Amino acid sequence: MEPIRQHQGLVYPINRANIDTDQIIPKQFLKRIERQGFGQFLFYNWRYDDDGNVRSNFSLNDPKYKDASILVAGENFGCGSSREHAPWSLQDYGFKVIVAPSFADIFFNNCVKTGILPVQLTTKETEVLIANAEAKEYKLTVDLEQEKVYDSEGFNASFSLSAYQREMLLNGWDEISVTLTHEDKISEFEAATSR
Amino acid sequence: MQPKTIVEKIWDKHVVHQEKDKPDLLYIDLHLVHEVTSPQAFEGLRMKGRKVRRPDLTYATMDHNVPTLDRYFIKDPVSKKQMDTLKDNCEEFGITLADIDHPDQGIVHVIGPELGLTQPGKTIVCGDSHTSTHGAFGALAFGIGTSEVEHVLATQTLWQAPPKTLNVKVNGELGKGVTAKDLILAIIAKFGVRFGTGYVIEYTGDAVKSLTMEERMTVCNMSIEAGARAGLISPDETTFEFLQGKRHVPDGEAFDKAVQEWKALATDPDATYDATVEINGDEIEPQVSWGTNPGMCIPVNETIPSPEDANSASEKEEIERALEYMGLEAGQPITSVNVDHVFIGSCTNSRLSDLRRAADIVIGKKVSDHVTAIVVPGSQTIKLLAEAEGLDKVFLDAGFEWREAGCSMCLAMNDDVIPYGERCASTSNRNFEGRQGNGARTHLVSPEMAAAAAIEGHFIDVRKYTVPSFSS
Ligand code: SF4
Repeated sequence: MEPIRQHQGLVYPINRANIDTDQIIPKQFLKRIERQGFGQFLFYNWRYDDDGNVRSNFSLNDPKYKDASILVAGENFGCGSSREHAPWSLQDYGFKVIVAPSFADIFFNNCVKTGILPVQLTTKETEVLIANAEAKEYKLTVDLEQEKVYDSEGFNASFSLSAYQREMLLNGWDEISVTLTHEDKISEFEAATSR
Repeated sequence: MQPKTIVEKIWDKHVVHQEKDKPDLLYIDLHLVHEVTSPQAFEGLRMKGRKVRRPDLTYATMDHNVPTLDRYFIKDPVSKKQMDTLKDNCEEFGITLADIDHPDQGIVHVIGPELGLTQPGKTIVCGDSHTSTHGAFGALAFGIGTSEVEHVLATQTLWQAPPKTLNVKVNGELGKGVTAKDLILAIIAKFGVRFGTGYVIEYTGDAVKSLTMEERMTVCNMSIEAGARAGLISPDETTFEFLQGKRHVPDGEAFDKAVQEWKALATDPDATYDATVEINGDEIEPQVSWGTNPGMCIPVNETIPSPEDANSASEKEEIERALEYMGLEAGQPITSVNVDHVFIGSCTNSRLSDLRRAADIVIGKKVSDHVTAIVVPGSQTIKLLAEAEGLDKVFLDAGFEWREAGCSMCLAMNDDVIPYGERCASTSNRNFEGRQGNGARTHLVSPEMAAAAAIEGHFIDVRKYTVPSFSS
């Protein structure tokens, strides 16, 4: 997993609450057995019509967001299924940071494991970011070490992640390797509880 | 001793390692695996040369892609590859698999309890958000992503912060014709689709205690639709009675001993929760969802909400979007809405008692001319039991199709897809846009309500029917 410390990028706003994982990546694309290449299917049914034509009225299809790497959305982002294909598709598409007033638990967790930084700000703060990014080409800087989000015009907000999740993302650690350093404890537990 | 909730008791028994500024390392007793969320996890193990630590605590089946007409004819080569991959992975890593031709095959959350793999006090995970179903037995069961699937395969543990607990207390009793499905839909409609986020829900109260195990599974199944990763019910006599005699449950003296341990798991009388909400079971009516998330539900005799009733601009927009997607008018009675399809199935409502209650409604009647109706049992075992009672005949005579076990139209990953713009009364758990097919319009209901909609061709208050199960 690639470490993530500080990221500056273009913001893509999507002003909807309860964006579920069926919207982020529809089920017909979950049949693949690979981990790569899901970006093309991100928000598929919103980006394309039934015949596969581009829907010009969906904002992600607007060329001005082509290079966006920070997604800002409404409440409860990533609700629904546990499919890690959702963060995989966001990451493969080019998103490194997701900002929202709240996230679904499993999705939040899956982001951290995938190496996407989920940033929880207040509803007011996300509304400001959404308004800015809708109005103009808008860049943000997200600093995980300082746990800060800021722009060049005076916006400045803080967020927090658990110490553990922060470490994982900052270092890009392989969690299984970390856990296996405690293998003796796992074996002891199994022996003590006859598992 | 400090009184504890069942969640705290299970937690304490599973902590392998604790250190400052870290979540706890929690031992996992049962890891259920299916074909969709596991291939990348096994591939990860292979790339690092790792083994599955405890294949004996891991159990796999195929459910999401399985065809329900001819189960051996998998049209889509990508689906077939995914299923073949699970088979190869299970062989390579020594995991028991209820394969497509295995009598135990079925939806992962149906077969776990059926085989007695699901037991009180266990920590259970699966790469599937409806793993909360197993909480009905007083297990701590939750869905995980594929990275965590790989982590559990390799280490049989997960790093988890102790969850907050939320008591959802259901007072009184449910009325006739009002089911566990209506209860959970009403809870989500009342408290919203994110009230459980960050919590483990424990369902308590008289109306919950009097539910059967199958009904409890229906309730716990949809905890994730309230945002909660897990939902559970303290085990009691109903639980023990269900478990006795199941294949993986100890028998004889060992069973009695297990029951003593399981009894001690129940939440202590004076234990405290981080939050509590209450709802009155007597006031709940049969529910129908009208929108595009499971909180968008109304009692069957009400009218579809208007964007003008919204409390905020964003809610207003959400209602407008939902009405447009669903092709509905604000103020329209939900009973005036015609359906094109009826689906009875999914890990929420595909168990034997669900099929029996639906059969009670349709017996001797005919499915409306403009409706296509299918029944998809949750497992091969349920299918055979239902056939032994003649339920298949009841459904077939009424004009339903009787299919093979699998997830089917719940998420339409196989060939069972609702066409664009068509409307389905479904006993499943999610009415998200496109869930049952691109442009498909899903209405979540109980099996009884789905069966009645199939007969009438539109939604109807199922309490207008007089059937034996309403008087019991
Ligand atoms: S029946 Fe539906 S919700 Fe349940 S496991 Fe299958 S796809 Fe998921």
